[in-house]
Amino acid sequence: MSSDGENDEFLYEDAYDDAFDQDDEVDDLDSMSEPDVYDALSPAIEEAPQRKPYDVSWKVKTLQEIIDMQTKEISKIQSVLEVPPSSAAILLRHYVWNSEKLQEQFWNDPASALEEAGLSPPSSPTTRTSTLPPSPTRRTTRSLKAGPSTSLPKRARSINTGSFECPICCMEFDELSVPSQTYSMGCEHRFCKDCWKEYLVVKIKGEGESAKIQCMESGCGRVVREEVIDDLVEKDVSRRYHNLLNAAFVADSSTLRWCPHPNCEYIIQCTQAPPRMLNQLVPTVECKCGHDLCFGCGYAASHRPVLCKIVRLWEKKCADDSETANWLQANTKECTKCQSTIEKNGGCNHMTCKKCKWEFCWVCMGPWSEHGTAWYQCNRFDEKSGIDARDTQAKSRASLERYLHYFSRWANHEHSAKLDGELYQKTEKKMEQMQNSGNLSWIEVQFAKQAVDVAIKARVTLKWSYCMAFYLKRNNMTELFEDNQRDLERAVETLGYSLEQSISDTESIAKLRQDITNQAAYVQKRHDILMDDTLKGYLERRWEFSVDI
Amino acid sequence: MSGLATKRLMKELADIQGKGTPEGIVLLSADDLQEWIFLISVLGEETIYKGETFALRMKFGNRYPIDVPEVTFLANDQYQPPLHPHVYSNGHICASILGNEWSPVLNAVAICITMQSMLASNKKKSRPEGNDRYVRSAPSNPKLTRWHYDDDVSFSIRLNLFNILRVLLN
Repeated sequence: MSSDGENDEFLYEDAYDDAFDQDDEVDDLDSMSEPDVYDALSPAIEEAPQRKPYDVSWKVKTLQEIIDMQTKEISKIQSVLEVPPSSAAILLRHYVWNSEKLQEQFWNDPASALEEAGLSPPSSPTTRTSTLPPSPTRRTTRSLKAGPSTSLPKRARSINTGSFECPICCMEFDELSVPSQTYSMGCEHRFCKDCWKEYLVVKIKGEGESAKIQCMESGCGRVVREEVIDDLVEKDVSRRYHNLLNAAFVADSSTLRWCPHPNCEYIIQCTQAPPRMLNQLVPTVECKCGHDLCFGCGYAASHRPVLCKIVRLWEKKCADDSETANWLQANTKECTKCQSTIEKNGGCNHMTCKKCKWEFCWVCMGPWSEHGTAWYQCNRFDEKSGIDARDTQAKSRASLERYLHYFSRWANHEHSAKLDGELYQKTEKKMEQMQNSGNLSWIEVQFAKQAVDVAIKARVTLKWSYCMAFYLKRNNMTELFEDNQRDLERAVETLGYSLEQSISDTESIAKLRQDITNQAAYVQKRHDILMDDTLKGYLERRWEFSVDI
Repeated sequence: MSGLATKRLMKELADIQGKGTPEGIVLLSADDLQEWIFLISVLGEETIYKGETFALRMKFGNRYPIDVPEVTFLANDQYQPPLHPHVYSNGHICASILGNEWSPVLNAVAICITMQSMLASNKKKSRPEGNDRYVRSAPSNPKLTRWHYDDDVSFSIRLNLFNILRVLLN
C-alpha cells in the first residue's frame, strides 16, 4: 500500500486532474484504472510489487487544493461558456460539478440551463412555474398596499420617483439612500440590505445552506451570487458560507472524502473506489494525519477485510442487540406462536402472549389448552406439543447464541486492541530493562515495539474477521476462511503471551528476543495470508453471504 | 420581539385595519404581536366546506418575517380543523409555503389566502394518510416536523401524504 508511490503518480496523474468532470463517467475512469486494480492476474502487479490487486491508490489533499480544484473547474467553464465566474460557479454547483452535462444542457438551450440553475436573464423577472402561483402573492400585495398595481412595477416606480419601502421590514428609504442601503439582483426584487443580511444569516448559520440560497421574493428562484453574499454579511458568516460551499463540493463528489478523524482537515481523493465497486473492494486508505480510514464509507479506521455494507449491517445489529441480548438470553423466553420475547416477572405459569393472545405454559412451553384441569402445575413436560414448542424456541435461542458467539469475539479483540496503549508502555519499560541488563543497543530492542504493532494490527483484522464470519454462509469456502482465522488467532495469542513475559537474566533475554521476533514474523505472515485471501476472494466472487451485498 | 418583527407586524395590522381583509377572511384576535387568530371560510356554492368556518392561529417568532410563523388550525370545543387531506386532526398543516417555500415578502394575510385556496380546491373530505399515527407522536410545534412535500400536486401547495419524521429539538 502506498499513497504517493512514483508509480501511482505516473499512472494516475491525468485521471486525477480530470476526475471532476468524470464523476459520473465512471466507465471512462475504469477503462484507465481497472486492469491495474481489479484484475488479479494483471502483470501490473509485477511492475508495482508493493501494491496488491485489492489496494487502491489515493492522494491526500489540503483544503486549499480543494478550493483550487473548484477555481480551475470554474475558470474552465467560464471561458467555454463565456459567462462571469460567479455564474459559472452557480451553474457547476447546479449540475453537481458535472461539466460535460452542464455544457451539453447549456449548448442545447442556454436560457433554460441558466434559468434552471437560478440565473435567469436580467430582462425577465423569474417566475418558477412549480412554486406559488402569482395569484396569492399579487392579491396579498394588492390587499395590503395602496393602488391596483402589482408589487413589482410599483417598487420599480417608487425607486424612480424617489423613495422606496422595503417590502419586508417596511422601512422607507429616500432617493439618495436607495443605492447604498438597498439591493436587488438581476430579478429586480429590491430589499433593504439589513433584511438581506438577516435573511442570509438565517440561511447560512441557521439552515446551513450555501449553494442554493435564493432571492427573498416568493417563488423567485434566482440564486444569490458568492460576491454578493460576501459583500452583505459579516466576515464570520462569510467564512462559514465558504466552508459550507467547500463541504458541499466534497460531499457531492464521489472521488473525494473528508478525513473523519477529529481535528484533521485533509481530504482524501480516490478515483478507484466508486460506490458500485464497494461490493468487491475495501478501499482502506491512510490520511496524512497518520490514521487509517475507509474511503468507501468513511469509517474512521480500517475495517478490512469486511465490506462496507456488511460493516454497516453489523454496527446496526450491535447497536440494536448487544446491550440487551445478554439480558434477554438470561431472563426471557419467546412466545411459542409469534416469537415475541416475554419476560416472566411474577405470577403463575399460565402465560398469555400480549401480542398474539396465545396461551401457553411457561414450564413446558406447550399450549395451555392441553393442561386440562392441572391448573398451575405442569406435569406434562414430555408431551409432543411441548417438545415442538421448545424446539422452535431452541432455534430462536440458537440464532441469538450464534450472534453472541461472534459478537463476544469481535468485542474481545476490539478491547484487546484498545489496550495497546498499555502494552506499549509495558513494552517500553521492558525495552529499557533489556538495554540495561542485556547489553542490547537501542536499535536491537526495537523488535519489541515492532512486535506490538504487528499484534495490534492483527487484532483489528481478527476483530473484523468475526463480523465477516457472522454473515458468511456455511460452505467450504467459509471453512477455509475460518481456518485462516484460527491460525492467525493462535499466532496472535502466542505472541501476546511472549510479550507479557518478564525478563530475568541475559540468557532469557536473548531467547525471548528470538521468540518474539519469530512469532511476530509468523503473525505478520498469517495476517497477510488471511487478508490476501479474503480480499482476493471478493474479486473472484468466492464469498457467499447470508445477506444481499 | 425584534425591531424588524414589531415594525412589520404593526404595519400588517394597520393595513388590515385600514383596508380590510379579502372576503372570507376575518381577523378574530390580535391582542399582541405574538399570536393572531383569523377566521377562514370558503366562498361560493361549489365548495364542500359551505357554511363552515375555521380558525387559523399564527404565532410569530423573533425572526418574523425572515422565519415562517407557526401556523395551525385551532382544534377546540368551538373550532375544528377542516377535513382535508393535508390537515391533520390536531390542526397541523402540511403545506410547502409554511416550510421550504416560505418567503419573507409573504405575510399573515397571504397565508390565509393560501389556506383558503387550498380548501377551495379540495373535492373530497378526508384526513391525511397516517393521521392517527402522526397525531399521537407529533410535536406541539408543527415547525419541528420535517414535512415531505409532494411534487406533483398541481396547486400552489405541495403536500404530503406520507413519511413524516419527527425532528427532535436538538
